[in-house]
Amino acid sequence: MRGRGLRAALTPYALVFPGALWLGIFFVIPTVVMLSLSLHSGNVTDGYVFTWNWQSYVDGITTYTDQIVRSLVYGFLATVIELIIGFPVAYWIAFKGGRHKSVYLFLILLPFLVSFVLRTISWQFLLSDNGILLGPLKSIGLIPKDMHILATGAAVVCGLVYNFFPFMVLPIYAALERIDPRVLEAAQDLYASKFQTFLRVVFPLSLPGVFAGVLMTFVPATSDYVNATVLGGTGNTMIGNVIQNQFLINQDYPVASALSFTLMAILLIGIFIYARALGTEDVLEVAAR
Amino acid sequence: MNKDFINDPAFLRGMTTRRIGRRDAFRLAGLSAAGLALAACGVQGKGSPRPTTSAQVQSEVEKYWSGKVKNGHVNFANWPLYMDPKQPELKEFTKRTGITVTYKEVIQDNPSWFAKIQPLLAAGQSINYDLMVITNGIHFTQLVRLGYLVPLDHSKLPNFAANAAERYKNESFDPGNVYSIPWASGMTGIAYNPKYVDTPPTKIADLWNPKYKGKVGMMADAQEIANFGLLLLGIKPETSTPDDWEKAAEKLREQRDSGIVRKYYDQSYIDPLAKGDIWLTMAWSGDVFQKNISDGTDLRFVIPEEGATIWTDNMVIPKTAENPVDAIMLMDFFYEVEIAASLAEYINYVTPVPAAQEVVRKHAAEATGEDKRLLEQVAESPLVFPSEEDYAKLHDYRNFTSTEEQQKFERIFQAITTS
Repeated sequence: MRGRGLRAALTPYALVFPGALWLGIFFVIPTVVMLSLSLHSGNVTDGYVFTWNWQSYVDGITTYTDQIVRSLVYGFLATVIELIIGFPVAYWIAFKGGRHKSVYLFLILLPFLVSFVLRTISWQFLLSDNGILLGPLKSIGLIPKDMHILATGAAVVCGLVYNFFPFMVLPIYAALERIDPRVLEAAQDLYASKFQTFLRVVFPLSLPGVFAGVLMTFVPATSDYVNATVLGGTGNTMIGNVIQNQFLINQDYPVASALSFTLMAILLIGIFIYARALGTEDVLEVAAR
Repeated sequence: MNKDFINDPAFLRGMTTRRIGRRDAFRLAGLSAAGLALAACGVQGKGSPRPTTSAQVQSEVEKYWSGKVKNGHVNFANWPLYMDPKQPELKEFTKRTGITVTYKEVIQDNPSWFAKIQPLLAAGQSINYDLMVITNGIHFTQLVRLGYLVPLDHSKLPNFAANAAERYKNESFDPGNVYSIPWASGMTGIAYNPKYVDTPPTKIADLWNPKYKGKVGMMADAQEIANFGLLLLGIKPETSTPDDWEKAAEKLREQRDSGIVRKYYDQSYIDPLAKGDIWLTMAWSGDVFQKNISDGTDLRFVIPEEGATIWTDNMVIPKTAENPVDAIMLMDFFYEVEIAASLAEYINYVTPVPAAQEVVRKHAAEATGEDKRLLEQVAESPLVFPSEEDYAKLHDYRNFTSTEEQQKFERIFQAITTS
C-alpha cells in the first residue's frame, strides 16, 4: 500500500518532468545567460566580462527609443486591425460555416504552410510600384503615378496583420464555437433582439478568445523584424531589427541582450496591465452576468 | 569545360537567386548562430598583436607548418554559387593530387558565419573546415586580430607568386598576404534601369539628385554606405578619419531625410531595380551581369566618377584546421591560369589572375552560338577583368586599428540605416 501511495504521489511530478526539463533547458537557462550577458562589458576581440554594466540598458533605451515606440505602435495597430477583420470572420465561420467549417479554417491556415519569409516576400510582388495591385490603378489614373505602398510604415503594418491573422481568428473561433446554441435560443425566448443577443451574450462569451487572440498577435507582431526588413523603407525600423543587428553585425551582445530584456519587460508589464483590465476572471464574470 | 550549364534552367534559376544566398538579408540562419555565440559568453577573447616584421612572420610560419603533412582530404567552406555545381575544378584537383575535397556552400554572410565559428575557435576546437572564404572587412580583421588564422607558407604557393596580379599581393587589409590570398573580387558601384532613367548616372552625386526622390536604393551595410558618403565628399575611405565619418554621415542623413532614399537594402535591391520600384541603386558588380543573363533584363552598372570600392573574398585557413597542407595546396591550385579562367567564366566576378583573360578569349573563340556570345562578354567585361583605368578608380575598405574605432564607425553609420 505504501509503495502504491508513493507512486501515486510521484506520478504528477513524473508527468510534469519532461515539460519542466524542456522549459529549463530551452527557456530558463538561455534567459539567465542572456540576463547575465546584458550586464557584461567588453567586445568580441577582448572578451566580455561580467561587471554589472547597467549602462547597456541606458545606452540601448536612449539610442533606440524611437524604434521601441514605433514597434509598440505598429504592434498595436496590427492587433486592432486584425481584431476588426478577424472577429467577423471567426463569427461567420462559427455560426454560419455549416458543414464546411473545417474547410474555411483550413483556408485561414493555408498560407501558414508557406514559410514566413516567403509569404512576406510575396507581398513585395503584390505591393510593388508597378505590380498587380498598383499597376492597373495607376494606368487608369485612379492614383498618382509616383504613389507607393512598399517601403512605408503602412506596408509593414499590413504585413504584420497578414502574417499573424490566424492567431487572432482561431482563438476567437474556438471561444465562439463553444457557445451552446441553446443559450442563444434562450436569449431570443427572453425577447432579446439579434443585436442585443450579440452584445449581451455572444460577445461577452467570446472575450476569453479575444484576450488570447490579442496576446498571440500583439506580442509577436511587436517583436517581429521580418516585415520591417522586407516591406519597410527608411524610418520603419523596428526594435527586432535593431536587436538582430546588434547580435549579428556588431556582435554587441550586451546591448542586444539588454534591448531584448527591455522589450520583454515592456511586453510583460503591458500584458499584466491588460490582464488586470480585462483579466480572465473578469471575463468570466462578464460572461456570467 | 562543358558550357551546357548556361542553357540549364537550374543554372539560370541559381543565378537569379545568387545574392539571396550570398548576403542573406534576413540572416535568419544567423539567429541560431547567435545562440551559439551566447552559449560561449564566458569565453574570453584572445587578441594577439599581428606580427610586424617579416622575421616574426617567418618564425610564426615555421612554427605552424613544421611537421604538418598531407592527409589526402580537405574540407572547404564557401559561399553559395561561387563555383560551378559540377565542381570541375575540384574534380581536376582530386585527379591530380589524390586529395579529395568536401565542398560545402555554408557561408551566407560574414557576420553570421563569424558568429558561428568564433566560439569554436576561441575554445581551440575544430570548425570542421580547413579552408574558408571571408570578405575583407570588419570580420576578416577580427579573425586576424584574434589570432584565428594560419600564417601562410608562401613556399607552398608557387602559382600564386607567378600568376596573381601585383595589386592582390599587397592588399591593405593583409599586406604581404600573411593570412590570405584572394578567391575573387567585386566592385560596389551604381546600377540603374535605363527604362526609367533618361540620363545615365555617372557619379555618386546622382544618387543625391532630388529628381529621383523615393527611387534611390542604398545599402544597409555600414561600410558600404560609409564608402559612398566619403567618396561623394572626395575623401578616400581607406584613409578616412572619424571627422570625415561625421561629415559623410551628415550627407547621408541629408539624402535620407529629404526622402530620396527609398530603402536601405541588404542584398535584395536587384529585383526592385528590375521591376522599377527603384530606378538607381548602389550595387555589386556581379549581380547586374547575372541578372541580365538570367532574366534578359537590361540593367546597367557604372563605376562612378568619384570612385567606387572593391572588396575581395579571401581564402584563409582557420587555426584549428585538421588538413592545412591539403588546404594550402588547393589554394594554390586555384591560381593556375586554366583553373582561374574556368572559375571566372562561371562566377563572373573579378579574378585575381589577369592571364585568365586570354584563356577565356580562347574558349570564346572555340565556342559557338549563345555560349560564344556569353564567353566573349565575360572575356571583355570590365567587371571580370578591370582595366588599369578601372582599377585606378577603385578604393579599399577602411581597416580599423582597434575595436573601439570600429564600433565608433558602426555606430555612426548604422544610426542612418536603422532609422
